[in-house]
Amino acid sequence: MLRKPQLRLVITFHTTAEALRTEQLARAAGLEGRLIPVPRQLSAGCGLAWSGAPETEKTLRLTLEGAGIQAEQMAQLTI
Amino acid sequence: MIYLDSAATSFLKPPCVAQAVVDAMHTVGSPGRGAHPLTLAASRTVWACREAVAELLGAYDPARVCFTPNSTVALNTAICGLYGPGDHVITTALEHNSVLRPLYRLEEQGMELTILPADETGNIDYEDFARALRPNTRGVVCTHASNVTGNTLDLGRIGAFCGAHNLTFVVDASQSAGVLEVNQQAVGASVVCFTGHKGLLGPQGTGGLSVAPDVTLRPLVVGGSGVHSYDRRHPQDLPEGLEAGTLNACGLAGLLAGITYIRDQGRENLYRQEMKLAQAFVNGVRSLPGVTLYGDVDAPNRTAVVSLNLGEEDAGEVADVLAQEFGICTRAGAHCAPLIHEALGTSARGAVRFSFSHLNTPQEVAQAVDAVADLAGRI
Repeated sequence: MLRKPQLRLVITFHTTAEALRTEQLARAAGLEGRLIPVPRQLSAGCGLAWSGAPETEKTLRLTLEGAGIQAEQMAQLTI
Repeated sequence: MIYLDSAATSFLKPPCVAQAVVDAMHTVGSPGRGAHPLTLAASRTVWACREAVAELLGAYDPARVCFTPNSTVALNTAICGLYGPGDHVITTALEHNSVLRPLYRLEEQGMELTILPADETGNIDYEDFARALRPNTRGVVCTHASNVTGNTLDLGRIGAFCGAHNLTFVVDASQSAGVLEVNQQAVGASVVCFTGHKGLLGPQGTGGLSVAPDVTLRPLVVGGSGVHSYDRRHPQDLPEGLEAGTLNACGLAGLLAGITYIRDQGRENLYRQEMKLAQAFVNGVRSLPGVTLYGDVDAPNRTAVVSLNLGEEDAGEVADVLAQEFGICTRAGAHCAPLIHEALGTSARGAVRFSFSHLNTPQEVAQAVDAVADLAGRI
């Protein structure tokens, strides 16, 4: 284990642009989190995912819906 | 921050490159569009860049060095401009998606495709080329160096095979131009595709293709050319024939500065420096417990790319910890080269790629080795 696993809200996207817009929206809303490489539990491919605090799921879901961003996957994972 | 992601882009560049871009923004107009002093300055800059590329790549003619925004556009231009339904084309499992996806798209339209497999060290069997031949084989498209393993292909051998069977030969030099010897004429390549922002040390948004005199390509894009404006068809003569729209003259000024730097320093010298760093890294990590190295890491004539995994750890997780805790920039994942990962057995989790520049330092390499050792100790 490289670091202590934590329960995180992980969101993957269809495009990098959506990942960056999510970062922008989360920062504007003051939500904790950052962009990370997509964990392999969700996808074997490349790309960016949003890793946020689990308690922000509802807020982020509404924020993304309001911005017209459709997440590819949204899951609470221990990573 | 320690930048070890030069196979993605040469973030570390000699200062002359950025200076040349800035200078050009203050001194050049639109290349090939008129005859006032600023457009002529732009045209001369672009021409000087064609000459520099031609000299470095052993091209046939600077006037047949055509610029594109990147290697992907160059490869699409070459592949889609040469092949079509009914043709058979041979490629390899080492390829990047910039080669594979245009070929797959043509395959959907009726082209036949053979992909030569790679073994578990990422090497091909050259005898497979002959075995793949069909009556309708038109060409070979292959990379010079894998962006995942750093393994190289023997262009001279493949070029000789193409010459013997009257096949066109398209080379993807994205990972080798400016680093390894690329000599279009010597290997008999029909087209050599290159990007400006990797080994050539130029800015992103630059790249191109050098086209042999006996090769005609259908252009991907047509439009403004600066000449023959009343003709309904785009001019066929190169380089304008493959350069619709205004070129990135400022970027090409930077590319020219990068190539001039390489020429002045000596490409072989720079290559030796970065390979010394890559080999030091390999030697530092190869015996660490849990480290798996991929590719022919001790082979000669490879590039300064080293991919590895740690135990069963997710490559993305390793790269993220390297960035967050150690300030080391690497690239994890599939590297847009899915077939080589299948050959290496790393499809499920990818690999962590460390790629070195002559502008890295031995101290940075030592820090990277220490970081990998630290992580290896945690698994």
